[in-house]
Amino acid sequence: MAFESLANRLQATFDRLRGKGKVTEDDVNEMMREVRLALLEADVNFKVVKEFIAKVKERAIGQEVLKSLTPGQQVIKVVNDELTQLMGGEQSKIALASKAPTVVMMVGLQGAGKTTTTGKLAKYLQKQNRRPLLVACDIYRPAAIKQLQVLGEQLKVPVFSLGDQVSPVEIANQAIEQAKAEHNDYVLIDTAGRLHIDEKLMDELKDIRATVNPHEILLVVDAMTGQDAVNVAESFNQQLELSGVVLTKLDGDTRGGAALSVKAVTGKPIKFAGMGEKMDALEPFHPERMASRILGM
Amino acid sequence: HRYKKIDESFFEELEEILISADVGVSTVMELVDGLRSEVKKQKIEDPQQLKPLLSEKLVGLFHNQQLQSGLNIEEGRLNVIMFVGVNGVGKTTTIGKMAHMLKQQGKKVVLAAGDTFRAGAIEQLEVWGQRVGVEVIKHQAGADPAAVIYDAISAARSRGADILLCDTAGRLQNKVNLMEELNKVYRVISREVPDAPHETLLVLDATTGQNAMSQAKAFGEVTKVSGIVLTKLDGTAKGGIVIAIAGELNTPVKYVGLGEKMDDLQPFDPEQFVHALFAGLMEEYDEGNSLDNP
Ligand SMILES: Nc1nc2c(ncn2[C@@H]2O[C@H](COP(=O)(O)OP(=O)(O)OP(=O)(O)O)[C@@H](O)[C@H]2O)c(=O)[nH]1
Ligand SMILES: Nc1nc2c(ncn2[C@@H]2O[C@H](COP(=O)(O)OP(=O)(O)OP(=O)(O)O)[C@@H](O)[C@H]2O)c(=O)[nH]1
Ligand SMILES: [K+]
Ligand SMILES: [Mg+2]
Ligand SMILES: [Mg+2]
Repeated sequence: MAFESLANRLQATFDRLRGKGKVTEDDVNEMMREVRLALLEADVNFKVVKEFIAKVKERAIGQEVLKSLTPGQQVIKVVNDELTQLMGGEQSKIALASKAPTVVMMVGLQGAGKTTTTGKLAKYLQKQNRRPLLVACDIYRPAAIKQLQVLGEQLKVPVFSLGDQVSPVEIANQAIEQAKAEHNDYVLIDTAGRLHIDEKLMDELKDIRATVNPHEILLVVDAMTGQDAVNVAESFNQQLELSGVVLTKLDGDTRGGAALSVKAVTGKPIKFAGMGEKMDALEPFHPERMASRILGM
Repeated sequence: HRYKKIDESFFEELEEILISADVGVSTVMELVDGLRSEVKKQKIEDPQQLKPLLSEKLVGLFHNQQLQSGLNIEEGRLNVIMFVGVNGVGKTTTIGKMAHMLKQQGKKVVLAAGDTFRAGAIEQLEVWGQRVGVEVIKHQAGADPAAVIYDAISAARSRGADILLCDTAGRLQNKVNLMEELNKVYRVISREVPDAPHETLLVLDATTGQNAMSQAKAFGEVTKVSGIVLTKLDGTAKGGIVIAIAGELNTPVKYVGLGEKMDDLQPFDPEQFVHALFAGLMEEYDEGNSLDNP
């Protein structure tokens, strides 16, 4: 869908206002309505939009815009600044435990990109001369173990598996032992996709967490996710206390408002962006680029 | 009697509920504006009276499409169904479920492992084939998907199969080369089997937001999508974007996915779908009324 860019819309609004002389609070309100629409069309959650607009409006009315000769541009600047700030600074770092191995656990909904991202992270760590071990804890999805093994072979990274008849808690636990014995400095645990409302499977993640004490728990989120992103992120965060987020499939043409939603409800940094299906398609997450993208600029 | 009245805050709440179901802001505004004038015209005051009106309006969007529900399958020919969609939406799983459904209806089904790209994709389909008890035609990883489909068609023919379900690799709709590759698969099917593919099902993930519209358009251009399967409705996402898609592209939703197991595939039921969309709002107003009207 071709969205009209926010800049154009605000310009149009402003053109209508021009000739009236002074920009009033009402005019700002009208511009805020355009910002609201742009954010909703970009899939930012409507509650997050509401709070965001209230905040931006306050700042806009606090002189910056009212006094400006170019109020349209000024509004965009305020919106862009706030959005970038909300999404956080650049955070493409992964924890390093004082005592190896560093344990990283990947969690998320079905099909979000966990297994692929696990492979990509291994490659990323390899480049830093790390020695990751991949752990196949998805015992449910057909051929999930095979998928991770194929990626491991491609990357020449070892994959730990006990098949699909042993509990994921046990698999994770034994994997750590092996990592210690084999001097792997990172353990990357791939888990099965699950719904945040699936109590039994969420309990399983809690059990893994309690057993292996991960240094990172990364929520993998599909950038195309709509309004539901807040429910998912909030719930995963509450139940597992995430350390960060990876946003996948950003190589598509989605505006990616889920990024803002997830950040707003969890407060956790978005650490990486998935930019393709290949193993090297993992990039640092750039908040300011994401802000422009969400706004359609 | 005291009611919760239909006032601006009622419409606002309705708007929010529909937006939070991913219906999309422009579609929501159209819908709610239409409802507003209806309310004025018919002098409706009680939200209870609005309920049928609202359902009618939304269900109506799917109405003419219901005629096209079910699959275009005929006896005495090889029916070819192609599955397309972006990455991770549930194509392969839906094929497994549908194979099970069709087998239960007494059909002879064959699966084609047309995703030769994603790690473990062929093996995933094979597991489904074993589960359901149907044959899977495959090549090696990395093979040309069009060649796999070509072979699968002849295999299905020689085995006297009723239905061939073709898996394809997930791809984002803005990838020109990958969309071209999909079009090639589509052309092979059209060339080898008269009137085929008899169905091209676009698989959409209910958690997807507004991007699903762009998916529907782009996949429709390269493969003439005949229907939608809306997956992952067992979560908290509502999949409201199919309302906008129904309105704009007139593509019928044929099935919904409600889980990861073999029998978690159901025919799309517009009434049930619409009810789930705004159940929250009406319940609240129902409760309000029942509290006020003991
Ligand atoms: N284009 C693109 N595709 C991606 C990206 N990340 C993952 N994918 C694809 O998305 C699909 C799902 O990825 P998986 O890694 O299997 O997802 P998952 O979360 O492990 O899935 P489950 O284990 O079934 O829950 C695959 O087709 C991947 O190739 C990305 O950044 N860009
Ligand atoms: N909860 C739920 N999960 C589903 C549903 N349909 C599919 N899944 C899960 O979603 C994930 C992705 O499903 P796949 O069938 O591999 O998706 P795909 O479209 O073939 O993925 P790619 O081939 O990688 O593009 C798997 O974990 C499935 O079990 C559904 O209706 N509900
Ligand atoms: K998804
Ligand atoms: Mg996986
Ligand atoms: Mg697949």
